[in-house]
Amino acid sequence: MYVYDKYDQQMVDERVSQYRDQTNRFLSGELSDEEFLHLRLRNGLYIQRLAPMLRIAVPYGMLSSRQLRKLAEITRLFDKGYAHFTTRQNVQLNWPKLEEVPDILAALASVEMHAIQTSGNCIRNTTSDQYAGVATDEIEDSRPWAELIRQWSTFHPEFNWLPRKFKIAVTGAREDRAAVQVHDIGVRIVEKDGETGFQILAGGGLGRTPVIAPVIREFLPKQHLLTYLEAILRVYNRYGRRDNKYKARIKILVRAMKPEVFAEKVDAEWETIKDGPETLTDAEIDRAKSFFTKPPYEALTDIDAGYEQALKDDFAFKTWIGRNVKAHQQPGYAIVNLAIKETGVAPGDVTDDQIETIADLADKYSFGEIRVTHEQNATLADVKQADLYGMWKELCAAELATPNLGLLTDIICCPGGDYCSLANAKSIPVAEAIQRRFDDLDYLHDLGNLDINISGCMNACGHHHVGNIGILGVDKKGEEWYQVSIGGSGYSNAALAQILGPSFARNQIPDVVDQLVSLYVEQRQEDEQFVDTFNRVGIAPFKERVYAAK
Amino acid sequence: MPSIIKDRAITESEFTVNDVENASVDGSNAILPLTFYLEHRDQLIGRNDIGVWLEAGDEIEDVAEFVNELPIVALNFPAFADGRAYSSANILKRTMQYQGEIRAIGDVRRDQLSQMMHCGFNAFELADGQDANKCLEALDSFSDNYQSTVATPEPLFRRR
Repeated sequence: MYVYDKYDQQMVDERVSQYRDQTNRFLSGELSDEEFLHLRLRNGLYIQRLAPMLRIAVPYGMLSSRQLRKLAEITRLFDKGYAHFTTRQNVQLNWPKLEEVPDILAALASVEMHAIQTSGNCIRNTTSDQYAGVATDEIEDSRPWAELIRQWSTFHPEFNWLPRKFKIAVTGAREDRAAVQVHDIGVRIVEKDGETGFQILAGGGLGRTPVIAPVIREFLPKQHLLTYLEAILRVYNRYGRRDNKYKARIKILVRAMKPEVFAEKVDAEWETIKDGPETLTDAEIDRAKSFFTKPPYEALTDIDAGYEQALKDDFAFKTWIGRNVKAHQQPGYAIVNLAIKETGVAPGDVTDDQIETIADLADKYSFGEIRVTHEQNATLADVKQADLYGMWKELCAAELATPNLGLLTDIICCPGGDYCSLANAKSIPVAEAIQRRFDDLDYLHDLGNLDINISGCMNACGHHHVGNIGILGVDKKGEEWYQVSIGGSGYSNAALAQILGPSFARNQIPDVVDQLVSLYVEQRQEDEQFVDTFNRVGIAPFKERVYAAK
Repeated sequence: MPSIIKDRAITESEFTVNDVENASVDGSNAILPLTFYLEHRDQLIGRNDIGVWLEAGDEIEDVAEFVNELPIVALNFPAFADGRAYSSANILKRTMQYQGEIRAIGDVRRDQLSQMMHCGFNAFELADGQDANKCLEALDSFSDNYQSTVATPEPLFRRR
């Protein structure tokens, strides 16, 4: 993974000093609430319902075991001994003290981490495919490009005060695991005549007005990546709406201008900076790639006798392999997913002990690195097949072997009304109630891939618009209600879910999910997934089932 | 005359910003609003003691034709969280190659100055209550940056 040189380290260290000074000025009364709000947000600090929340950046989800151990230590010293994996591959602390945040940042800086631009109206952490570099359907590893974007977007002087937040995602695989179609900018690595380049999407997003991003450039030669992004950001910074925060995202601008006109405007701006100093050099591209070379794999065949035997002997192991382990580029290796979705624990929450266990397992089995996924799980990307059985046993002991990756109980869920001051309703108890209702693993496996995404408000941190079943907390006269929508997808076949009908009380939600799922089971043909059946039969039969039952 | 930071020194401004109400072609050392200036351009051609200021939503391209005759262009920040003028300054300096003074006016605060400097501002008329000495120090909060900027045309990757 990327390793800081003296420049990267110095910038992060100087940011700690700057933020410490800003915090001191706030505490002494020199900075107003309003002024400090903007400054602390640019460093990931929200003031929440019960306490501040600090969002820590994990560039494209990559963490080393050393960083994990530091995070575990930070949760013990400054928080309540746990952390939360977010839907944008970051990590959140739910109970830091405002006055201790500079010390947390200093601790993070000691392991090449920070909280820069994890909130506020600026360019946020760049996300990517959690299987980058190991996926079997990969065109090219997306991480070097994501790192180049990270550096370019960090403290970009022109784009730190945008109309609204701005999120960029990059994928280099054929299957889209980075949700590039619902980002402000989506970057897809493509090949043309043997040359690597990018297809650029702009103006996608979730939130109050969900939009699937249009393509604004079919092929961008690789050296122009940063100048082209700069052109997009400049057009957005100048013309994005600032009068209404609900209409301030780039998706509104792109739609108002029409995508082709927006693209022309970007091209005109790009002409003025194209081939300028920000044009990437081969040396810089090679430098970025040099941090993401293949680890020292052993030369193995794809079949390990011990592994084959364990599959025959241990059904629980076989179940976990079938769900949580994915094929790898390298013969004899596998991609292991840890579903952080134990029933009774908030989705994505990990204790300090679990974080340390993950770090130990990464060292022992996967070259000391992990990736945080946007489904709020963790991936150990380079595990030898021969080690899988032993590793699984260790995961079981740490309650990290829930074999539900991609299943109905692998719920994406924002912190919701339990923590977040923006939320209209709680989301964690809804996730738990669904997980408790669907406790029959055989049935869950029979249902197959089924994404349930829960957001506690319109801001859609739980990505409810792209859930096969999306659940949105709404406020009705001071009471918490839940609007259900179905048929969404956040992958290559991206689609926005359709609203089923009037919303439900919290205690009705498990029944509603049950009814939706049972209709799918009755109607499905051959090996149709939930979303396939929905696409074939439409929303009407689902609607009828749920509302007839009421 | 207000005190400003200009070219990394605290100094007295030679120019005064006029708003629409008190703008006049008869004054000297004045920075006039863009709309007023454009209306009275005929009378102001060749005046080296008259500058122009733009509101955040004004099109910087409107000054392109004559900007290099102007001694000073000021860009207003109606609120410190309104970032449009950063782009205007960049275009003014890098696309239009403007050589004169670019002054930040309005809600100009310490924590923004370094970003402004990198976008091409070389003068800062500070908001009320800002400590000019602290603001001067804040220009150097960071010793380097990744991007190609007005202050560092070569991005870090061409220098590291």
